[in-house]
Amino acid sequence: MLKNHDLYSSIVSRQLNGIEGLVIILLLLLIIPSVCWSKEAIPVAEDPVIEKRMLALTMDLRCLVCQNESIADSRADFSNDIRREIREQIKANKTDQEIVQFLVDRYGDFVLYNPPMKPTTMLLWFGPVILFIIGLGSLVVYLRRRRAQIEDVTLSQVQLDRAEALLNENKKGKNV
Amino acid sequence: MMRYLIPLFAFMVLAAFLLVGLTLNPRQVPSPLIDKPAPIFQLNHLHEPERLMASNDNLGKVWLLNVWASWCVACRDEHPLLVQLANTGIVPIYGLNYKDERTTALQWLKRYGDPYTISIVDPDGKVGIDYGVYGVPETYVIDKKGIIRHKQIGPVTVDALQKTIIPLIIELQKQA
Repeated sequence: MLKNHDLYSSIVSRQLNGIEGLVIILLLLLIIPSVCWSKEAIPVAEDPVIEKRMLALTMDLRCLVCQNESIADSRADFSNDIRREIREQIKANKTDQEIVQFLVDRYGDFVLYNPPMKPTTMLLWFGPVILFIIGLGSLVVYLRRRRAQIEDVTLSQVQLDRAEALLNENKKGKNV
Repeated sequence: MMRYLIPLFAFMVLAAFLLVGLTLNPRQVPSPLIDKPAPIFQLNHLHEPERLMASNDNLGKVWLLNVWASWCVACRDEHPLLVQLANTGIVPIYGLNYKDERTTALQWLKRYGDPYTISIVDPDGKVGIDYGVYGVPETYVIDKKGIIRHKQIGPVTVDALQKTIIPLIIELQKQA
């Protein structure tokens, strides 16, 4: 015991030189980040059934803050709040449809990754089909016009003879 | 001639769409709450936590509901304008202190000025969800019948005040 104490006091009382002091300070600094950066984990709902339903729902919902992420994926504050809200509503025995409607009433159709069919979304739903039909139509028109341009030319006997002569010449040349 | 004009025309249409797309702001999500009754709330005052304010208390007057927080940087940008607007006495501004700490919120108001007729507190953002808040600051113009007439997403600007908000308020105040 006394010995330990002596050791301790000898360490403390020993004058540290510059480099030793610096090393100790640097080592101490290494400890600090782990202390102040670690954050308490966000509590996950205790009920796995609720969590599963909540995840399935939020997978198709857009986070309005980080617009290319779903609420299920996003860790934004907004998404945390919405997930909490959905958990509470599931606990309150709301149906999936009611929960989605609750969010659409507040944030608009924009929260849905799967937009509903409405007059304002007709172009969104049928635009690609219309474009495809236009493309197909112009392809057909183009091919028809091209076929009309191709003419069957009948060759005269003189031309045929000349062609044969040329072909034969070629064959002879190759054979030699 | 048509051969060259059609691709040129198609390109111009595409370019026009892309050009318009560049000027659109994806953060401006149209709120489904416009022209709908403002969600009802009953919340504690910020300054006197034992007092309650209900949204129905404001029936019969045109008012602004400004959602703000001391942690919100953009709120600081719009704040001088709100203070100016409050000083003109055109319209009462009610502050909804969103997911904030009471002490820091009070300090913030002391430091930057308090434009609010009453500040109310929404500590867990529940009322925020009802109002479709997804990014502070947001400002709602609510008419005499308690119907939301306009929502400003992001900081209030001089331009928005002069062109939209103030003319709208004056018009709404004329209505019975």
